[in-house]
Amino acid sequence: MARIGVFVCHCGSNIAGVVDINRTVEAARKMPQVVYAADAKYTCSEAGQSAIRDAIKQHRLNRVVVSACSPRMHENTFRRTVASAGLNPYLMEIANIREHCSWVHGDNKEAATSKAIDLIGMAVAKVTRDEPLTPKRVSMTPRALVIGGGITGIQAALDIANAGHEVVLVEREPSIGGRMSQLDKTFPTLDCSACILTPKMVDLAQHPKITLLTSAEVKSVNGFVGNFEVEIRQKSRLVDHVKCTGCGTCWQKCPENVNSEFDMGMGKRKSIYIPFAQAVPNKPVIDTASCRYIKYLKWAETKEGKKPPECRICEKICPTGAIDWEQPEQILTEKFGAIVVATGFKTFDHSVLGEYGGGRIPDVISGLQLERLMSASGPTGGEVKRPSDGAHPKTVVIVSCVGSRDDRIGRPYCSKICCMYNAKHAIMLKEHDPEIQIYIFYIDVRTGGKDFEEFYRRSQQEAGALWIRGRVSKIHREGKKLIVRGEDSLIGRPVEIPADLVVLATGVEASDGVVGLAQTLNISHDSYNFLVEAHPKLRPVETHTDGVFVAGAAVGPRDIPESVAHGGAAAAKAIGLLSKEELATDPMTAIVDPVKCVSCFACHEVCPFGAPEKETLRDGRTVSVINESKCKGCGLCIVACRPGAINLRGFTSQQVLAEVTSLWR
Amino acid sequence: MQMAGAITPVASSEFLDYVGKQSGQRIMDCYQCGKCSAGCPTAYDMDLTPRQMIRAIQLGLKEEALKSSTIWMCVSCQTCSVRCPVQIDIAKAIEAVRLLAVAEKAPAAEKNVKLYHQVFLKSVEFTGRLYEMGLSVAFNMLSRHPFTGMDILPTMLRKGKLALMPVFKGTAEVEAIFARIKR
Repeated sequence: MARIGVFVCHCGSNIAGVVDINRTVEAARKMPQVVYAADAKYTCSEAGQSAIRDAIKQHRLNRVVVSACSPRMHENTFRRTVASAGLNPYLMEIANIREHCSWVHGDNKEAATSKAIDLIGMAVAKVTRDEPLTPKRVSMTPRALVIGGGITGIQAALDIANAGHEVVLVEREPSIGGRMSQLDKTFPTLDCSACILTPKMVDLAQHPKITLLTSAEVKSVNGFVGNFEVEIRQKSRLVDHVKCTGCGTCWQKCPENVNSEFDMGMGKRKSIYIPFAQAVPNKPVIDTASCRYIKYLKWAETKEGKKPPECRICEKICPTGAIDWEQPEQILTEKFGAIVVATGFKTFDHSVLGEYGGGRIPDVISGLQLERLMSASGPTGGEVKRPSDGAHPKTVVIVSCVGSRDDRIGRPYCSKICCMYNAKHAIMLKEHDPEIQIYIFYIDVRTGGKDFEEFYRRSQQEAGALWIRGRVSKIHREGKKLIVRGEDSLIGRPVEIPADLVVLATGVEASDGVVGLAQTLNISHDSYNFLVEAHPKLRPVETHTDGVFVAGAAVGPRDIPESVAHGGAAAAKAIGLLSKEELATDPMTAIVDPVKCVSCFACHEVCPFGAPEKETLRDGRTVSVINESKCKGCGLCIVACRPGAINLRGFTSQQVLAEVTSLWR
Repeated sequence: MQMAGAITPVASSEFLDYVGKQSGQRIMDCYQCGKCSAGCPTAYDMDLTPRQMIRAIQLGLKEEALKSSTIWMCVSCQTCSVRCPVQIDIAKAIEAVRLLAVAEKAPAAEKNVKLYHQVFLKSVEFTGRLYEMGLSVAFNMLSRHPFTGMDILPTMLRKGKLALMPVFKGTAEVEAIFARIKR
């Protein structure tokens, strides 16, 4: 015989302000098998919880209904409460009378009260049929996978490895370093970016606990927290990195020049190349899209068109014979306990903006391109020369919010870092050439951060940059000048500036391919393809998939200090997980009744987690059986099962029917 | 071709330098919050508010600044200067523009404003302090609007806000100041 206790929470005035608590408690008291009902100002407080514990003992309760907020908020809290009073934690149900009732029915107190009573009635009907459940324990693979080798991923990998766990870092580019390696200096201290980043890159490469896989991508992810099974595609580099010593002869002699992705098209690289001088690993890869010999091989298959040269110079001069034209793509299968996703960002492509030249005016460049021009290791050796004629610009106009705060192109959000990098560019340009005049168009200046406002003021006071409030409407060429048109909305007059160079502060966008990765990992992304954290404030690096953590600019626009902090935070969460020897799994999983199973295996088709397996019984029938460690309790198989052989523990069909039935009693 | 009415601001103009040096103020520090204009008791009668005047100086818009009514409507009460969050003495900057306007004989936006200032100074020089009645009569006569402001005369007299006869006080000291400036 069930002895149920109902606890109705006021949640301050959140619930009590709308729902008539006294009536609700009275109604609950009369429900079948309810022997005790009480209310509390805040049930989740220590006082509220101990009232539940006392009532369980005093009234010999064996079932509990907490009528309060969403189970997403406090289900675990109250499970622990009843467990500490000696009850099985799964003999507690929550009736959500806040999010599902008081918050949405504030305009109708009468109806809200009657709905609250109904919701409690449903929970009572369900809890009556609850069975005690026990979590299973599974072993933990104490290794972490970090996806993305930018500053966030580097930080996360180093932190996890320094805590003593093995780490595999997967980076799809030929070198780690990410966006930060492309920067010349960093705000607000003007630290040389490479000087603070490259030591970390080297630390990572030399760390005994870290395996670095560059030119590699995550192909598939199976399993669950503690026991992920990940397939990693090691792309073919056509260079054997075991034999290669990184001497550099090949990329000096390679005859093919192509635009360097690292230099954002401001400079050239060879077909066999390392992306930049401090690349880690410092060994080259062959770019199959431009390599002459690869082109020849393709031509040789069809013999169509002009015959490309059968170059193979790199192969001939390589002193260690490291060039391997036959090198296959490899698929590595590794097991991990936790995964950190730090896939970073890319900058907005301004060629869609016709009013800013549509990417066809050579002297209209992006902020990241300017970084490459100002970098001492960049294509111009740090000399700021405009792309069209190599002249030193004397008047530079910087345009903010290009690809940010623009509904028209589906980018309504603020990219957050641009105001600060504009200020940085102004100061750096002035350092490069004291005669330079800098104009910065802006809508709002957003420099929130430690020492940020001071840095912005420094751009005015030191660099003499003139910040003009207004959005640029048009950039066009007039002779050698670029005419930039905007409005000074502070004085209310249209403005025209003849510039030598225009720098567009292009905004932050999610990396290419992140949607596919999110699907592979079963984590969510928002409409801009930024990854979604489990809670924007309280769980900033967790996701709704246990064991998968997100960090850095993959989650949204972030600057370097924030990315490092989030990388460290994700690492801390991963370390906390990896240091457990085993994990408890949620016992609310599907279970097959082998008597009813007709072996159609429809459940195998629908399960997104690969949980259903086959088992041959002693009578020779092969039936479905659920692997509890893989099952997430989503319920898809239950719907698909035609004979109704599958049930979900803690959410049985009988329980759901009882809830519905309670509504018309 | 330049768009009609468009201006081409200069990040470091001679005008900005001049006003900065003359007033001793860091004009580029201004971030255009508008607190000066919000507190200004005469802003309602200015064509450029104090904030816009600072902006004009920042942009090097010398002509606009010199011909504005702002430089003449400013009564140098210093409210703006005292409240400015970046510590620019705005009244002083406006004064620098006013002095430049006089030196360059820029046409004043306010009618008879120069005459008013001349009569004002004469009055101070003559009595050692401001003699309002004398100032009003002299200004009205010389500007050929003899009856301007007559409507408020009875009220002011009744409330004792306007003395009929001048009070001479510290004449010698004031005379010395005038003499020193004229030298």
